Amino acid sequence: MKNHRMKTKTVGWLAAIPLSAMMGVCVGQAGPSQVGPDPTLPKPERGLLPDMVIAKPAPWGDKTPTVPDGYTITAIATDLKIPRQTLILPNGDILVAEGKGGNAPNLKPKDVIAGIIKARGTSSVKGGDRLTLLRDTDGDGNYDVLTFAENLNAPYGLALVDNNLYVANQDAVVRFDYQPGQSKASGPPETVTPLPSDINHHWTKAMTASADGQYLYVGIGSNSNITERGMTAEVDRARVWRINARTGEHKSYATGLRNPTALTIQPGTDQLWAVVNERDEIGPNLVPDYLTSVQEGAFYGWPYSYWGKNVDERVRPQDPAKVASAIKPDYSLGSHVAALGVDFSNEAMGAQFADGAFVGEHGSWNRKDPVGYKVVFVPFRDGKPFGAPVDFVAGFRDKDGTTRGRPVGVTVDPKGALIVADDLSNTIWRVTPTQAAKSQQPVAVAQ
Amino acid sequence: MNTIIHHRYALTVHPVHAIFLAGMLPWFLGAALADAAYAQTFDIQWNNFASWFLVGGLVFGAFALLFAVVDVFRPSQRARGIIPYALVLLAAWIVAFFNALIHARDAWASMPTGLILSIVVVVLTFVAVGLGFRTPHIRGAV
Repeated sequence: MKNHRMKTKTVGWLAAIPLSAMMGVCVGQAGPSQVGPDPTLPKPERGLLPDMVIAKPAPWGDKTPTVPDGYTITAIATDLKIPRQTLILPNGDILVAEGKGGNAPNLKPKDVIAGIIKARGTSSVKGGDRLTLLRDTDGDGNYDVLTFAENLNAPYGLALVDNNLYVANQDAVVRFDYQPGQSKASGPPETVTPLPSDINHHWTKAMTASADGQYLYVGIGSNSNITERGMTAEVDRARVWRINARTGEHKSYATGLRNPTALTIQPGTDQLWAVVNERDEIGPNLVPDYLTSVQEGAFYGWPYSYWGKNVDERVRPQDPAKVASAIKPDYSLGSHVAALGVDFSNEAMGAQFADGAFVGEHGSWNRKDPVGYKVVFVPFRDGKPFGAPVDFVAGFRDKDGTTRGRPVGVTVDPKGALIVADDLSNTIWRVTPTQAAKSQQPVAVAQ
Repeated sequence: MNTIIHHRYALTVHPVHAIFLAGMLPWFLGAALADAAYAQTFDIQWNNFASWFLVGGLVFGAFALLFAVVDVFRPSQRARGIIPYALVLLAAWIVAFFNALIHARDAWASMPTGLILSIVVVVLTFVAVGLGFRTPHIRGAV
């Protein structure tokens, strides 16, 4: 088993000041009218060619992402194999799901060409299909990197309920037995339930457990951008399943959610929240990706309509009855930002970022003026989003297109840290309030 | 009475030119029929077929155009009627290329423009084939 230490990179106070000044500019680019509960929606437009601006990958070198004053960012694991989502275990260990899924065939000449272009903006590393465990035995912020489980199938969603570690592979929810302090799975997992996985155009299976641990919510993305793989490919897609963790039985909890890429439960409630990626190729400011509370039994529009009842003319046959039943999501994050991670914050993150949710934005491809490529904080008040998102981790992409990282999963450590998975540089970043990091106590670990 | 045959003029196009020129027609006709089938059934597979048929027609058309352009730019072999033929062929190819981009739009976004353009391409190609096969092909030295 590999067991090596990761070098720490810290952004000091001085370095953080000019960079945080830059972050204000980024908010302006996203277009303030596009964020919040009531985004401006222009008319759909599409030129002869879709706008494509692809990230130009570059190594971090001595650089790190930028964080607000009073926070420190550190790479706690590098050279991973496409890290996507993370889970903080009760003893402080961090579990990382690594993989790359999907087996959607190229159906049109366009798919072949677009596939080649888009691949340039992602990591060329092969997906790990494994869970990596990061452990900080002495609380100094340096993490050991251990392999917890291998031979999974594009694992993404992670949830721990008592001694059950649930992993959402791209084709099934599987369960490992987990004992506190365990650093390696005791055996292969058992299948809880298969998941819809034909084609898997949007393959990521986001997952979170209900507050009482009885249910698992799993996000199942659509099998196309906008039904261009046919209506039959969309059976059981673009929805959230609620799965009985014990029996594996499921029901569709909410539908019409094009690609629910991350799920989480609002602390102190039973309320499920999701970030959802909306459709492309009808303009730079359509359709907003969103953060929303997920209402049981609700229909959120895809494919027939967007942001409530705005009909998408690209879908045939149309369904006016479904459009009439579509509800609006809670909060727009802006079009094409590609939100892939969400988690609620807590007091330990510091007063300014205590009440709200962090959202990891992978970054756009279908926009001349790229957006996303950062982690934002959506402030909450009285349990609802309140005000514009604030940049929390930025500096992933330069103005000239040089891109060092792309954030995916974000997870808040109850002890006061934000864990960010970066699937371009294959790094796990840890952001801590600078004061809290100094006073942090070593974490006891059972061997 | 003696009849003089001018071997320098042959009333047939070069066989390879002929294959690519006439070959465009089934590709583009297939695209138009597939578009019509998609408009009737909303079955996306017809839309996929049309997209590939257009690419096939464009590849054949590119070779046919190459022959036509070579004939146009060699004065000794420029036969009467070559210019209108080359222009119609070029127009068919440009409209087909434009149509291929329209077909790259997702699902119904390629319609009805895609179907209309596919029909226009078939008509232009039909005319181009007709003109092409009536234009003498000039061989040999002056």
